[in-house]
Amino acid sequence: MVTSPRQSSLLTRQRARSAWLFLAPMLIVLAAVAGWPLLRTIYFSFTDASLADLEARRWVGFANYFSVLQMPSGRVIHEGLLADPVWWRAVWNTVRFAVISVTCETVLGMIVALALNAEFRGRGIVRAAILIPWAIPTIVSAKMWQWMLNDQFGIINDALLRLGLISTKVAWTASADTAMVAILIVDIWKTTPFMALLILAALQMLPQEIYEVARLDGVSPWKVFWKVTLPLVRPALMVAVIFRGLDALRIFDLIYVLTPNNVHTKSMSVFARENLFEFDKFAYGSAASTLLFVILALSTMLVLRFGRVRLDKEY
Amino acid sequence: MTFRHALLALVVGAVLAANPARAVDLAIVSGDTGNGQRILRQILDQYEKKTGNKVTVVPVPPSGTDQFGQFRLWLAAGSSDIDVYQTDIIWAPQLAKQLVDLTGATKDVVGAHFPSIIQSQTVDGKLVALPIFTDAPALYYRKDLLDKYGAKVPTTWAELAGTARLIMDKEREAGNKDMWGFVFQGNAYEGLTCDALEWIKSNGGGQIVEPDGTISINNPQAAAALEMARSWVGTISPPGVLAYQEEESRGVWQTGNAVFMRNWPYAYALGNSQGSPIKGKFEVTTLPPGSGEGARPAATLGGWNLAVSRYSKNPDAAIELVKWIASPQMQKYRALKGAYLPTIQALYEDADIASAQPVIPRWKGVVLNAVPRPSAQAKSRYNEASSKFWTAVHNTLSGEGTAADNLADLEFSLTRLKGTAW
Repeated sequence: MVTSPRQSSLLTRQRARSAWLFLAPMLIVLAAVAGWPLLRTIYFSFTDASLADLEARRWVGFANYFSVLQMPSGRVIHEGLLADPVWWRAVWNTVRFAVISVTCETVLGMIVALALNAEFRGRGIVRAAILIPWAIPTIVSAKMWQWMLNDQFGIINDALLRLGLISTKVAWTASADTAMVAILIVDIWKTTPFMALLILAALQMLPQEIYEVARLDGVSPWKVFWKVTLPLVRPALMVAVIFRGLDALRIFDLIYVLTPNNVHTKSMSVFARENLFEFDKFAYGSAASTLLFVILALSTMLVLRFGRVRLDKEY
Repeated sequence: MTFRHALLALVVGAVLAANPARAVDLAIVSGDTGNGQRILRQILDQYEKKTGNKVTVVPVPPSGTDQFGQFRLWLAAGSSDIDVYQTDIIWAPQLAKQLVDLTGATKDVVGAHFPSIIQSQTVDGKLVALPIFTDAPALYYRKDLLDKYGAKVPTTWAELAGTARLIMDKEREAGNKDMWGFVFQGNAYEGLTCDALEWIKSNGGGQIVEPDGTISINNPQAAAALEMARSWVGTISPPGVLAYQEEESRGVWQTGNAVFMRNWPYAYALGNSQGSPIKGKFEVTTLPPGSGEGARPAATLGGWNLAVSRYSKNPDAAIELVKWIASPQMQKYRALKGAYLPTIQALYEDADIASAQPVIPRWKGVVLNAVPRPSAQAKSRYNEASSKFWTAVHNTLSGEGTAADNLADLEFSLTRLKGTAW
């Protein structure tokens, strides 16, 4: 499809045509289930739509994003999402969550992958077992952790007390200091296997000769990891980090179950849902969803640009 | 011509299909848990036998937030799949535009219900939902422990804190390490709005937004009430109370680890059920008042109602169904089977109910004095106003800012939310 018209032979033109033909069903479905709702959401964000009466909406321009009001008293008030401290709090919560969780998951995933890459008895079983957290639906694991983290009956407080690591029961999801920690723990527990699996796949593609040469030359294992393994798995690692990062930026289910209304953990998606359905602010929630989309798109572009990742390159 | 014939046939068909004399299929959506769904089904079975209509129950998740979001979506889509919605007392004003006006159809029956409940379901002079049972919380206390340490049932919040502290310390000394004084609902959610409204109202601090729409929350008595509640957290209440909803507090209470609990009536039957460690060891009383000027006991009004969707294809049959479920006979049935509090005043003097569920007659005073949340005033902005309120309260309880500062901020943001009028 990238060949210029001058070079294209009949065959390449035919191939391009059939490529489009094969892609068409997928594109149509994507346009219907992703494109159209996205456009509608963006459109609603420029109106004053209310779920009580969607038809009565009027065009309000950028008012949901930013507007300046002059009060009769002469005071100037900034309105809209960009002037809403709750929204910026949600952005900060989400970004902080994404950076910490993806970093931890990458490091832990790498360690797990390196361990699983070694030959040992029962490796198949361990590899399957480690995937279990990833296989459990998030809602189920979030509920499970909710009970495990419960301050009075939770198994975590019980275990820590018995081990003598804490002296009083910790209210994990209640206090501002530990609520985010609790969510991070659950997310890292759940998603490290995904990272490990992607990295393991990359590790198993590495040519063994390089390692043999390194061993013959007496290079230390530490140096082998930094100079050989890491650069070679980097492209795959970057793809995994992008996937996880995008996933983390739209975190919803875990927070919705564990601490839905806590301002210290409220994410952008939770904020959008709250305004869309709970408050009578469908348009405002649409604006939040649109900004979330813009933030996701921008961060993807930035990572692709500066991470020098070529998604079309074959590894 | 053939087109016209086809059209005619369609119209005739539609008229025939809408003939009220024929049996119709109705759908009711309910998020009742446990016993509730079964009792509803039994009530509907009796209705089906009587009318020949068929009613399908569409179950939804028990979480109020989830239900409200789902109802909003169904109504916004103009869905005719659901004829009757079971709504929380605070939802009717928010959904009113998409509900059928029941004023005319229920003229003959509304007089028997508590006027305050009917009032809460009336929006701009239209009754949009008919109550089927009500809810008002009470103070649960461990009679055995109070007797053991010679303590009286507390008559003010200060007495409650003192008694809770005393018994908790003594019990802990005796080796009962997990004992706490008082559990309530401190999570940041609608339940905290209910709890905090009680502390404030009972201390003479108003009811957030007064019936005339004035925002009254920023006053010293309200701030004092919140500071009082803040002093409980970590002393007589576990720090985790800031994440408790009803079931978490009942969990601590029913395992025997709390002296006092603020909760809804449902916890009464469960606490006395087979295998409960506190079976027969506890009693209920009204929530105590504070000490400020105009202090009086206050309980937040809860409860559930039935509303008919404007998009129902059989509104008349749906209204009949609503009246059936809300009727005195069915409310009595519900009270006998599940200890649900009736919204019909006469049932509190009913002899059968008094002997089968002795707790119900005692609740009449609580219901009569119950305080409504400002949902009728804030209308479609209620959820947002409530969320701002519980956030300010939760911040205060977790020690972020003083009550006075948080309430001043709250007054400002509520004023902005209100705009020129609610």
